[in-house]
Amino acid sequence: MNAPDHELATYATRHRAVDVTHGGGGRAMADLIRDLFTRHLGNELLDQGHDSALLSVPPGRLAMSTDGHVVSPLFFPGGDIGSLAVHGTINDVAMSGARPLFLTAAFILEEGFPLERLEAIVISMANAARKAGVLVVTGDTKVVEKGKGDGVFITTTGLGVVPEGVHISGDFAHRGQKIILSGTIGDHGIAILSKRENLEFETEIRSDSAALHGLVADMVAAVPGIAVLRDPTRGGLAATLNEIASQSKVGMMLEETAIPLNEQVSAACELLGLDPLYIANEGKLICICEAADAERLLAVMRAHQHGRQASIIGTVTEDSNCLVQMRTRFGGARVVDWLAGEQFPRIC
Amino acid sequence: MKYISEFRAPDLAEKLGQAICAEANPERTYHLMEFCGGHTHAIFRYGVQDLMPANVHFVHGPGCPVCVLPVRRLDDAVELAERHGVILCTYGDMMRVPGTKQRSLIRAKADGADIRMIYSTQDVLKIARDNPGRQVVFFAIGFETTTPPTAVAIRQAKAEGLSNFSVFCNHVLTPAAIQHILASPEVHEFGTVKIDGFLGPSHVSSIIGYAPYEGFAESFGKPVVISGFEPLDVMQASLMLIRQINEGRHVVENQYTRVVTRLGNLKAQNLVADVFEPRPEFEWRGLGTVANSALRIRDRYAAFDAELRFDITQKHSREVKSCECPAILRGVKKPTDCKLFGTVCTPDTPMGSCMVSSEGACAAYWTYGRYREQAANTGEAAA
Repeated sequence: MNAPDHELATYATRHRAVDVTHGGGGRAMADLIRDLFTRHLGNELLDQGHDSALLSVPPGRLAMSTDGHVVSPLFFPGGDIGSLAVHGTINDVAMSGARPLFLTAAFILEEGFPLERLEAIVISMANAARKAGVLVVTGDTKVVEKGKGDGVFITTTGLGVVPEGVHISGDFAHRGQKIILSGTIGDHGIAILSKRENLEFETEIRSDSAALHGLVADMVAAVPGIAVLRDPTRGGLAATLNEIASQSKVGMMLEETAIPLNEQVSAACELLGLDPLYIANEGKLICICEAADAERLLAVMRAHQHGRQASIIGTVTEDSNCLVQMRTRFGGARVVDWLAGEQFPRIC
Repeated sequence: MKYISEFRAPDLAEKLGQAICAEANPERTYHLMEFCGGHTHAIFRYGVQDLMPANVHFVHGPGCPVCVLPVRRLDDAVELAERHGVILCTYGDMMRVPGTKQRSLIRAKADGADIRMIYSTQDVLKIARDNPGRQVVFFAIGFETTTPPTAVAIRQAKAEGLSNFSVFCNHVLTPAAIQHILASPEVHEFGTVKIDGFLGPSHVSSIIGYAPYEGFAESFGKPVVISGFEPLDVMQASLMLIRQINEGRHVVENQYTRVVTRLGNLKAQNLVADVFEPRPEFEWRGLGTVANSALRIRDRYAAFDAELRFDITQKHSREVKSCECPAILRGVKKPTDCKLFGTVCTPDTPMGSCMVSSEGACAAYWTYGRYREQAANTGEAAA
C-alpha cells in the first residue's frame, strides 16, 4: 500500500509534509485536524469538538485499554500502523469479553513526514474503525523535530462494555481446562520482518491484523463461562501463555503438532533461526475454558472468519513452578519459557 | 517445508531411539561431545535427550561463536564504537554479551554509540557506501561458516575502493579448538571430562570438509561423526558414534552426507586463504590461548584491518567473578553447576556469554529445560 486509493485530498497535496506549525496550536493545526483527521475519522461525537468527548454508555462494567503503536515499517503486507492502532486496542478491550464502543487516538508526528502518507494512515484507521463499528471520539496531535521520531507514533485508548454474566480474567485458569488458539501464529511478526529495510525477502505472508471482538462476541454468547481470553501479541504465544500461567499459578502442557502454523512462516523462521512461538500476532486469541465446553467453543470459533483454523493446543496442569511445557513434534518434551530480550537471527 | 519436516519425523525418531537403546551397552556409559551450539540447541529444542537411553550423555562443547569470544575482544569492540566513533556493525547475538563491568554493545548503543545490528556482510558494505564520511567497522565473529562472507566483503571493498570500511576480525578455527580440548589435562590426563566421541560440526564442515578431523581422531583415538543440525541427524550420528565406540573404532564418519564432503567447499577455502592467514595464537573464552586457532587479515588487505587502522588500547578486561562459562565451554561443568545460573544470571541479565546466544549451553538449559534436572534431582517428576 503506497498511496490512498481515493482521489488525492487537496490538503495533503497542498501542504506536502508535516512541519512544526502543525503541532503549534495555531491555524495550521486546526486546518490539519479539520481537513485531514476529522474529514476521515469524523462522527457525531468527534465533530462536537470539545476538549473531552461526552459519551452515553450502556449499563455494565466498563473495560478500558491503551496501547502505543510504533511499528516499522509503517506500511506492511496486510495492514499499516493505522489499522493496527485500531485493531490492537479493540482486541485488548475485547479480551475482557467486552464489546468495544469508543476509541481515542493521539498522534506524534515527525517533522517532514509526508502528509500523503499520514492521510493514507488516517484513512486506513477510519476504515478499520468503521468496519469494527467503533467510533473515534477524541484525539490529539503533537509534532516532534525531525530525527526525534520515526514518522508516526499512534496511541489509541479503547472503551467497551462487558456483557452481564461474563467474567474473564488472567487468573481464572485451573487444572484440566483446555487451551484453544484461534489460528496460525507468527504471521504478523514475519510479515513485518520481511519488509525491514535490511532483511527484505520475497514472501506472500501477510499480517493477521484484525479486530477480534466479533469472534469474542460469538464465543461468549455460546460459552459465557470462558475463563481466560488474551491476544498473543508481543512476545508471541509463549509469552502470553507464561503470563497466564503465572497469574493463575498453574502449568500448561502444549502439543506442538496442534499449534497451527503457516508453512511460509515456518520456512522463514527456519531460515532466520527464529521460533514462531515468540513471534507477534495481531489477529489471534488464546482462550481457556472448561474441557466440557472446548469442542462447542471450537465449533463456534471455526464458524467465524477469524477463527477458521482454531485448534485445541493443550491443557492446563497443576504446577507450582508455573511452567509452560510442550510435547514436541519430535516426541520429546521441552519447556516453553518467556523470551529473553529480543529474538535474534542465528549466526552459525 | 518437506525438506525440513522429514528430518523431524517422530516415527523415525522413535525407531532410531529404539536402535540406540538396543545397541548401547547397558554396562557402560557413552559421553558424546556435541561440538556445535547448533547441536545443543536441537537436542534441547526437540527433547532429543528424552529419546536416548539414560547411559548416553551429551557433553556440550565450545562451538558457539558468541560464547568463545574473550571479554577483551568485546571490550575492544565497545572501544571502537565509543572512543573512535565508528559505525560498528555486528550480528545480533553479540549485542547483549556482557563485557568488563557488564558493559555490552547494547548498553553502549543506549549511551549513544552508533552500533548497528546486521544480518549479512552485504549490509555492512551498504552502510559504508551510504556513509562515506564515517568509518564503518564490521565486528566479524564466527567459525569457518561465517568466514567466507567476510572474505567476500573485504575483496569487494577493495575492488570498489571503499576506504571507510574495515573489519575487526575474530574468526576462529574449529579443528584447533577440538584438538585443544582433547589435549587438555582434564580430558587427557585426569579424565575429569569424559569424552568418548564427537558429534562433529555440520555447517563448518560444509566449508572445510571432514578431512581436517582425521588427524586427531587417529592420534587421540576418539571417533568423530559429522552431524547435521536437525534432531534426526543428531540421533543418527549418535548411533554411528555408539557403534564405533562399541567396535573400538575411531575414524571420521559423515552422517551429514547431503551437505558435507571430505574436502569441503574449495572455492570458499580459496577465498578465505586469499584474504586471511592463521594467527600464531588467539585467546578463547574458556580454552585460553590456543595456537593457530584463529585468522587475521593478510598484509595485502591490511588497509581493511580495523586492528591496524585504529589505535585500540591495551586494557584489563575481566569476566564476572564466579561465572562458570569457561568451564562450561570446556565441558568440565554443566550450566546447573554454576552458582550464578538461574539466580543472577538469566537470559534477561546474562553474566556470561553462554547465557546470551541461543547456541550457548546455559541459554539452552534455561530456555528448554531449566527445571527438568532440578525436578529429577529432588525426585519430582516434571509435569
